[in-house]
Amino acid sequence: MNATTARDRPQPILVMHQVRGGYGDADILQGVSLAVMPQEIVVIVGPNGAGKSTAMKAVFGLVRIRSGAIVFDGEDITGWSPDRIVRRGISYVPQVDNVFREMTVHENLEMGAFLSKGDLSAAFDRIYALFPDLKAKRHALAGDLSGGQRQMVAMGRALMLEPKLLLLDEPTAGLSPKYMQQIFQICRDVRDSGVSILLVEQHAKQALAFCDRGYVLATGANRHEGSGRELLEDPEIAQMFLGG
Amino acid sequence: MMEFLNFYVVPGIVTGSVYALGAIGITLIFGILRFGHFAHGDLATSGAYLALGATALLGLTPWAALPVAMVLTALLAYGIHRLFYRHLESRPKILTVIASLGIGMMLRSIVQVVWGVDPLAYGSGIARAQAFGPLMLRPREIATLALTLALVAALLAFLRYSKWGKAMRAMSDNPDLARLCGVDNDRVTRLTWFIVGALAAASGFCLGINTELTTMMGWSAMLSMFAAAVLGGVGRVEGAVVGGLVIGLAEELSVLLVPGPYKSATAFVILLAILLLRPQGIFKGKVL
Ligand SMILES: Nc1ncnc2c1ncn2[C@@H]1O[C@H](COP(=O)(O)OP(=O)(O)OP(=O)(O)O)[C@@H](O)[C@H]1O
Ligand SMILES: [Mg+2]
Repeated sequence: MNATTARDRPQPILVMHQVRGGYGDADILQGVSLAVMPQEIVVIVGPNGAGKSTAMKAVFGLVRIRSGAIVFDGEDITGWSPDRIVRRGISYVPQVDNVFREMTVHENLEMGAFLSKGDLSAAFDRIYALFPDLKAKRHALAGDLSGGQRQMVAMGRALMLEPKLLLLDEPTAGLSPKYMQQIFQICRDVRDSGVSILLVEQHAKQALAFCDRGYVLATGANRHEGSGRELLEDPEIAQMFLGG
Repeated sequence: MMEFLNFYVVPGIVTGSVYALGAIGITLIFGILRFGHFAHGDLATSGAYLALGATALLGLTPWAALPVAMVLTALLAYGIHRLFYRHLESRPKILTVIASLGIGMMLRSIVQVVWGVDPLAYGSGIARAQAFGPLMLRPREIATLALTLALVAALLAFLRYSKWGKAMRAMSDNPDLARLCGVDNDRVTRLTWFIVGALAAASGFCLGINTELTTMMGWSAMLSMFAAAVLGGVGRVEGAVVGGLVIGLAEELSVLLVPGPYKSATAFVILLAILLLRPQGIFKGKVL
């Protein structure tokens, strides 16, 4: 159903066009192009060191972009600072160190809405409804939670300001299959509430099965793209990741 | 027993308050700006002498001069950041540490040029100690404890409940993530220097009013302040307070065991012990 809604609305929410860039002089990204449609879950898979995280950071203004363009919701955001991008409607959950360990769950969520001046009670209600586990733990320090709960804090934090696009870097890394399915289910709920999601996954098989569309990234450029099913059925990709 | 309380414990707590106020600044700078600030003792000295200046120029009583000195020292601390440390922000932190040693020397020299090298005092009146049960407390000792309590309570409440206090904690906890949340790095840094400068002035003032003003007083107290910060857990405000009190008490009580001149070695011994045995400190701070 969502795939059809996405196709009915041709204007993508995010476009990366031939993005090259990296941290120092060497370009990690050698021409990455991808698009995310409204209310779509798009997954990036690829081998370790392929530049998946770097591509995501590039969207969020955290790496130097040498050439190419990043367009969000019809506006060129290439080279914008992260706080300006947050205000514009993108949230990002990094792969590691994505919570404030010494702050409570509630304070973590509050930091997610740091740029908001208004009343946050509706936002808290929304997040606690999405993550009921967190409500019970709201006065616990984020650093004391289990990996899965910490990931929920990180996602909750990123969703406080009602972004239009959520960037998730390996949200299920190190989690048990049960938590992994829970996180995927939350992603679907979030998408159904109107948010587009771009996520990086190392569990390629499961992620491709659950996403709307996927990209395969290798050595800093995208090699394949298609619906999750197309990619899963592609023998070349199966050989690359899915153990043949 | 009474002698023990009045000659060792009370002075220990007063000295401990001085260390606590200094150690909070050291721990905040380490937690948020991530370097050891070796001009901290001399920042405290500057604050103490600025209060002296305010009594002379404005005709204020010492305690009325303290808020003036706290504001001036806050501006001084921020000014030092703007003029010196800020330009080293993108370089390895060791450069800022070394620079702070130089800044300390500079501050000390300025104080010596303006006020001379002889010891000075805020006032000449000898205040009598009043009896509180078995305790004999002087008004300045009571005021020192009350001031420390009030400042610590205000700071803890600020860090816990206010938006920018939380931003400071977020910055200390995970600077990259704080930036992703839209926290303005420069603003937190500025706020940190204001708070740290004001507390350093309070620390130096309390030291001066309970003993005397010397240009070396902050420099000499700094090792104890660092020991207090490390003992409490680097980055931990509550830790710095507890650490300050422990070091202050330990120094005063050490006189019972070793000759007086070794008093200042106590902090060094505690610092070494804590680094070897529990480098995260009492309150689980950052490991150095
Ligand atoms: N902060 C950094 N500074 C310099 N180089 C970096 C930095 N982060 C990553 N790299 C390099 O960029 C390349 C791509 O890293 P990236 O983290 O984007 O890979 P990835 O596809 O996310 O891998 P993984 O599956 O391990 O998370 C790697 O060679 C890595 O060493
Ligand atoms: Mg990665």
